[in-house]
Amino acid sequence: MNFLAQIGSVVLALIAEVGRVSLFAKDAILRMVMPPFYGRQLLAQMMRIGYYSLPVVGLTAFFTGGVLALQIFIGGSRFNAENLVSSIVALGITRELGPVLAGLMVAGRVSAAIAAELGTMRVTEQIDALVTLSTNPFKYLVAPRILAAVITMPLLVVVADTIGIMGGFIVGTESLGFNSGAYLKNTVDFLQLADITSGLIKSAVFGFIIALMGCYHGFNSRGGAQGVGRATTNAVVSASILILTTNYLMTSLLFSG
Amino acid sequence: MTRPHIELKNVQKSFGPKHVLNGLDLSVMRGRSMVVIGGSGTGKSVMLKCILGLLRPESGSIYIDGDDVTGMKGRRRDEVLQHFGMLFQGGALFDSLPVWANVAFGLMQGKSMKRDAAREIAIDKLAQVGLGPDVGELYPAELSGGMQKRVGLARAIADNPDIIFFDEPTTGLDPIMADVINNLIVDCVKRLGATTISITHDMASARKIADDIAMIYKGKIIWQGSADEIDDSGNDYVEQFINGRADGPIEMEILKP
Repeated sequence: MNFLAQIGSVVLALIAEVGRVSLFAKDAILRMVMPPFYGRQLLAQMMRIGYYSLPVVGLTAFFTGGVLALQIFIGGSRFNAENLVSSIVALGITRELGPVLAGLMVAGRVSAAIAAELGTMRVTEQIDALVTLSTNPFKYLVAPRILAAVITMPLLVVVADTIGIMGGFIVGTESLGFNSGAYLKNTVDFLQLADITSGLIKSAVFGFIIALMGCYHGFNSRGGAQGVGRATTNAVVSASILILTTNYLMTSLLFSG
Repeated sequence: MTRPHIELKNVQKSFGPKHVLNGLDLSVMRGRSMVVIGGSGTGKSVMLKCILGLLRPESGSIYIDGDDVTGMKGRRRDEVLQHFGMLFQGGALFDSLPVWANVAFGLMQGKSMKRDAAREIAIDKLAQVGLGPDVGELYPAELSGGMQKRVGLARAIADNPDIIFFDEPTTGLDPIMADVINNLIVDCVKRLGATTISITHDMASARKIADDIAMIYKGKIIWQGSADEIDDSGNDYVEQFINGRADGPIEMEILKP
């Protein structure tokens, strides 16, 4: 009986949390579309979330493209399918690895930073102070961050796709002996627009998840340094898990037809 | 009889099983300085947060100028909050902004005033609390505790509010700086003619800034009177508190060895 009660309370807590996150997201979206808009905040957040994530996303994409080319070459050589390298690298990067790995890297960087910043603002009463200065904290803090992440994630993934394919190209031509012209032609001929757009749609959703989790956990952090630490961890973990699960759901939806 | 500027009727607020406000009644007349004294954890801060709408009481009503603001939300709540200023215990300055932008924040974000005009007002308000224009360029982390309090005070009065709350304005300051802050509070309030509620456990500060004093204990107002009546209140709880005695009717939750 005790055991069942434990399962029950975990399930109830989970459902309550989902409800709280949904309400938070609803508030954030409502505030995003209603004036006043904080353009200066939006630009600052786009710089922080998008621009400063370029190095880590670029590095991740480069080495992922490279290792993908290597593995497909080794694996493909078992049944004489080495020449699939270019097309599988392009497909894998644009459809899955570009958006998902960029999402996970940005989740680690940005969700944590947002949660720590807003969490500290919460425990030092800076969020309460915003309210007393006639500024809605949802509008001033949450909306610009979410909007900035939704706008910049697809841009980051365009860069990640390009660098990832280039990583595969460099490994393919420099170490696996592919002809560079043929490799590029294979890539371009094989890729369809839908491969790229599906990845970009995914990445916009990931951007939303990343900023939402950072803001939600930061906003609700309690109890000083330890609370902020916990909020940061929860933000990164929940953003990563949500990215992986929604990625599966979106793949099955986007490519079901 | 004129109606009070701020009135709380039978306000109850609890966090889980802990009843923090237990049917609290308080009324403050326009232009008066009310000081609420009481020990730590008696519900002083929670009371202020309920009036500001940062926390919602379970029952009871809060009136500002005769309007019930208890469940107010959205735009109407924003309008009410425009009349408020608050000095937070830890200052709650925005550490990402320079001092002048902190002081001008309510003007720029809440009232969409132009930066240059807001900056001039900010520098004027900083002068009123005895800080030069050069301090305006510093960041909050570069200031001492006393200076942070003064900047917080300048921010609270920047928008010429009708109602100002002071949350432990002298806590953590040396006696001389505490007196400087007390004088500034008295000056600023006189200049603005604002209604104020201060919460403190510093009796020197209470005597200096109060017109009226109320004592809170276990979430209720147990004594209220004008500032000169405090020394012969005839109330054992007040006697014990203002004389700072460990023995008396107020029992601290300390286990006896």
